[in-house]
Amino acid sequence: MSTLEIRDLKVAVEDKEILRGVNLTVKSGQTHAIMGPNGSGKSTLAYAIAGHPKYTITGGEVLLDGVDLLELSVDERARAGLFLAMQYPVEVPGVSVSNFLRSAVTAIQGEAPKLRQFAKDLKSGMDSLAIDAAFAQRNLNEGFSGGEKKRHEILQLELLKPKIAVLDETDSGLDVDALRVVSEGINRFRATGETGVLLITHYTRILRYVKPDFVHVFAGGRIVEEGGAELADKLESEGYEQYTKASA
Amino acid sequence: MGLNEKPLSTLHEKASYDLADFAVPTGREEAWRFTPLSRLKGLHNGKAEVTGQALTQVTTPAGVTAEWVGRGDPRIGQAYVPADRVSAQAYSAFEKALVVTVPKEATPDEPIRVEVRGGGLDGATYGHVVVKVGPLAEAVVIIEHQGSAVYADNVEFVVGDGATLKVVSLQDWEDDAVHVSHHHAQLAKDATFRSFVATLGGDLVRLAPSVSYTAPGGDADLSGLYFVDAGQHLEHRLLVDHSQPNCKSNVDYRGALQGERAHAVWIGDVIIRVEAEGTDTYELNRNLILTDGARADSVPNLEILTGEVAGAGHASASGRLDDEHIFYLQARGIPYDQARRLVIKGFLGQLIEKIQVDEIRERVLGAVEAELAR
Ligand SMILES: Nc1ncnc2c1ncn2[C@@H]1O[C@H](COP(=O)(O)OP(=O)(O)O)[C@@H](O)[C@H]1O
Ligand SMILES: [Mg+2]
Repeated sequence: MSTLEIRDLKVAVEDKEILRGVNLTVKSGQTHAIMGPNGSGKSTLAYAIAGHPKYTITGGEVLLDGVDLLELSVDERARAGLFLAMQYPVEVPGVSVSNFLRSAVTAIQGEAPKLRQFAKDLKSGMDSLAIDAAFAQRNLNEGFSGGEKKRHEILQLELLKPKIAVLDETDSGLDVDALRVVSEGINRFRATGETGVLLITHYTRILRYVKPDFVHVFAGGRIVEEGGAELADKLESEGYEQYTKASA
Repeated sequence: MGLNEKPLSTLHEKASYDLADFAVPTGREEAWRFTPLSRLKGLHNGKAEVTGQALTQVTTPAGVTAEWVGRGDPRIGQAYVPADRVSAQAYSAFEKALVVTVPKEATPDEPIRVEVRGGGLDGATYGHVVVKVGPLAEAVVIIEHQGSAVYADNVEFVVGDGATLKVVSLQDWEDDAVHVSHHHAQLAKDATFRSFVATLGGDLVRLAPSVSYTAPGGDADLSGLYFVDAGQHLEHRLLVDHSQPNCKSNVDYRGALQGERAHAVWIGDVIIRVEAEGTDTYELNRNLILTDGARADSVPNLEILTGEVAGAGHASASGRLDDEHIFYLQARGIPYDQARRLVIKGFLGQLIEKIQVDEIRERVLGAVEAELAR
């Protein structure tokens, strides 16, 4: 049983205040969707929680099972059980997918996985996400299509088994087939009931595959409305306009 | 012998076997402006005593001959004319030259090894090596430099029609060594030349690989890797002179620098002469600057004198480690130091993979890992 608590989080980028007091609690077994227009600060929230150096915390707290994440380095946060699927995964030349994944699994588990077990997990993970086996030998994200990058993020999610996963627009840029594959991956990850998901999205489409327990509307750097899955339907029909006007 | 005729290219220096044809450099010359002359220990101004000790040993596989010959031997200086003062100094001062011959159509299954071991910094030593590869032969040469020395040398690679020569040159000196070297490859018709240079040690290393073609169809690939630590000056000066039609060249040099006054210099000169139609050439230099106080100078020069090229390009980039790369790896739990090593190894590793001799590839990888652990 894990809990991610975000309390009155304020974040600035290059002296510009972006997040203006975010409050949100995600527990294992729950899926929270954060929905909001472009530029409302959704990625800022994700990066700030993960510890990206460009984002300055100007106030508030982020606790994972009582541990202050903001005091930890990026890698310590990941080892504490936090995972961020990036909206735009970067290409890292010369670092192979298999080397990267093995290094990550070793770091998270605290010891090198048994080679045979790792190979097996990797293969079944890649199979279920319809990732060609040849990707293991390719350089990390290099020359991957948008959809391949996203599937690869979910592969990492399944291999690293975090306590809390923040998924930043994992659905954007995916065609329907890829969206289904990626959603199935997220649902496998949720199935244990021991993990929490913070699903950031611009569109309601993915919520038909990954049912949220809570929906939060994000605008102008804060949560402006909260509800259950039905709130997504309202957004689907009415759009974000009423919120962007209100927050401006 | 007197001066060669000055070629039309502005990149090509004058060439001569005669030391007197080269003035002592002052540091203002284009060819010397990056090199700290005061650290050359007299190699450039005739003041170095020829009392140094560097032992050169050669191991040859069956079918390949190695001979130590006097300077009168006609095979010396056939492919190469010194083009700067230190090269001419080395040419005028070496005692015996090593001539390695791979006969026509021979394909020795083991590499030829030339090991140069420096025995100290008292006085300079000069060397000369000629590697002749007969038509359609295929050979691998490994040249290793170790120990401490003040050493200047010229190495000639004469690659025959349809022959293939792969060279790995490892500058694994102690940190006080001074080494100024010229590698010249002369490619006959359809010859293939692969050079991999790895420069890790030395106080000052200045290595100038050059390529010329005597007939169409030649193909040269020059790769290099350097790891510059505090105080080191590691300089690589490449010259590819396309004077024949339908030849290829590819240059890819990459370095990492860390520490105060770590200095890398890379000069990449490529000339495509009027007669060299159908040339296909690309040159690349990338530097990863890991700390403050390190400096990389990178100067690509592409001089195209014909309108009919198949391809010609160059790129040069020097920069810091990318924060986004490190962040991505750290976000997967990988600690900072390890993430940094992975990214640097990735950057250099793409080159290291090109080393086709397993044992040397492992050694270079090991050496890079040792540098990263410092
Ligand atoms: N690295 C950055 N540098 C400057 N401004 C940024 C940076 N990241 C985000 N911003 C600004 O912060 C605001 C929120 O951006 P972001 O968090 O990416 O929104 P979203 O993910 O909701 O589209 C935008 O106005 C954007 O221009
Ligand atoms: Mg975003």
